[in-house]
Amino acid sequence: MHTLKRLAVLSALLAGSLAFAQAKQVIGVSIPAADHGWTAGIVYHANEAKKALEQKYPNVQIIVKTAKDSNEQANQIQDLYTVNKINALVILPQESAPLTRPVADLKSKGVFVTVVDRGLTDPKAQDAYVAGDNTAFGRVAGQYFAQRLGAQGGNVVVLRGIPTVIDNQRVAAFNAAVAKNPKIKVLDARYGNWNRDDAFKVMQDYLTRFPKIDAVWASDDDMAVGVLRAIQQAGRKDIKFVVGGAGMKDMIKKVMDGDALIPVDVTYPPSMIADAMRLTVESRVTGKPMKATTIIPSVLVTKANAKQFYYPNSPF
Amino acid sequence: MSTPNPPVPPPPAASGAVPPAPPRPFLSRLAALGPLLGLLALAAVATALNPEFLTVSNLANVLTRAAFTGIIAVGMTFVIISGGIDLSVGSLAALIAGVMILVMNALTASLGAGAATIALGMLTALVLGSLAGLFHGVTITLGRIEPFIVTLGTLGIYRAVLTYLAQGGAISLGLEVGDRYSPVYYGTLLGVPIPILVFAAVALLGGLVLNRTRYGRYVQAIGSNEQVARYAAINVTGIKIATYVLLGVCVGLATILYVPRLGSATPSTGLLWELDAIAAVIIGGTALKGGSGRIWGTVVGAILLVTIENVLNLTNIISVYLNAAVTGFVIILVAFFQRSRR
Repeated sequence: MHTLKRLAVLSALLAGSLAFAQAKQVIGVSIPAADHGWTAGIVYHANEAKKALEQKYPNVQIIVKTAKDSNEQANQIQDLYTVNKINALVILPQESAPLTRPVADLKSKGVFVTVVDRGLTDPKAQDAYVAGDNTAFGRVAGQYFAQRLGAQGGNVVVLRGIPTVIDNQRVAAFNAAVAKNPKIKVLDARYGNWNRDDAFKVMQDYLTRFPKIDAVWASDDDMAVGVLRAIQQAGRKDIKFVVGGAGMKDMIKKVMDGDALIPVDVTYPPSMIADAMRLTVESRVTGKPMKATTIIPSVLVTKANAKQFYYPNSPF
Repeated sequence: MSTPNPPVPPPPAASGAVPPAPPRPFLSRLAALGPLLGLLALAAVATALNPEFLTVSNLANVLTRAAFTGIIAVGMTFVIISGGIDLSVGSLAALIAGVMILVMNALTASLGAGAATIALGMLTALVLGSLAGLFHGVTITLGRIEPFIVTLGTLGIYRAVLTYLAQGGAISLGLEVGDRYSPVYYGTLLGVPIPILVFAAVALLGGLVLNRTRYGRYVQAIGSNEQVARYAAINVTGIKIATYVLLGVCVGLATILYVPRLGSATPSTGLLWELDAIAAVIIGGTALKGGSGRIWGTVVGAILLVTIENVLNLTNIISVYLNAAVTGFVIILVAFFQRSRR
């Protein structure tokens, strides 16, 4: 009898402490280290979101960790679970395949998992997925080209990123959108590796090879910087405009200022990490389920709306 | 028995026959011309595929691009001939670029965006380069750590420090200084872009030092046999440290030319330059294990590497997915023609 009573009291206590623990939420955020502009933006926005969310929800603690490779990231999320006792994980995986198993492991132990941008190879390893829209990234740019070059059409050259699935999706969507205007001719598409130097060289060679180019899809703001320099050096006046993408502050500034060569930009915002963190925290605190898939749309930044996308303090 | 027949050419036995000696040097000289012949063949193919290849502006582009890794490769030739290696040059170039931009931006406040600021920025680059070289040299010789290990370590350190300084984004040169500085990359002297002139000067000077000075002979002697060099009372430690300092200065010089191009340094600046520089040296006929080498070969090697990339961009015959494969294939091919002299 005694033991039974004691057990009852004990289980009641346990339940109480569990309820208490639920009130205090620990959220782990695991992202790649800042190794280029876009990931630097990710780190910036993650830290900004941590500040804002911790202020808004006093019972929430957010731990942001950056990793330089998949191995380090896998170790980190293990530590987040055993040492920090996280209730939820928001992760932007370095690579999809190597992290699928460790993330699935965490989920099986009861951690709520939100995966951002780069999907895992097995979607069952996650509770929610937040991502940018790579198809729209290419399509929005392509639609702008089709409409802007209009009935006259014109010659277009394309700079691609690094050979990846993401890049293939973007380029395919761009080509499909541009194909709606039969007067547009895509002369060539080469890899600029999301890198200024490589983009500079590829553009120099395009300028040598093609006597008349009407527009350039640089497909990334870093690459657009190299493209602009190559055009400037060659002193070519035939190029009407260059479109980059991602939302680098310098490029957004050019759009805001009405630069003729950079009339628009297409977003693929690093702030998506902040959106993912906000959605995850809200669903944890309120208990409302989070949507399984949230796609952050890629939008066309024009002079009219550029202000909304301008973060002067971000490193990107 | 009388089997030692091969080494018996001088006797009158072979009086009527052609002496076998002359063809050997001719053949090996031909082999030494391997990289140059490779470059000419590549240029011929390129011109056939796209006549634009031979335009002055394209050739200027190619040579200007070759200048960065080419200048570094000239310094690298000395290091490799002496039996060393430096894997950190790409990261060092990135770090130097970042620091010199920060220095120039800071100086603009007090000195204005003029020649003084730019000169001090350039000086920073050279000082930083030589200090890094000094550190490598001293750690390798006096600290007795393998050059591969030391520079593998600094490869990580330099790039990490730059990433830290840039907060993962970009360090950009102030617009005004950038405009004043840009002629160093974009300007020309008598119609020749400045980076090409500097590259030519560095190569010429490097060749003279390697082949016409006592220092150059010592470098080669150390590379071919360090013990013997020591017995010959050559200051091995000093000479070796000097090769790394020389390379550091070359990296500084290359960065001085590089910064005005895009006016910024990012964590991807100078990525893999070390491999380009080492590849240029090896294609040029310098032995990776040291002892002998030539500067002109390195120059040709650097130009060859850039030309491959240029040709691929000017033509459409090969899938863009295979670009790196073509580069690799040409490197192996040129090395194959070199192999008779090793």
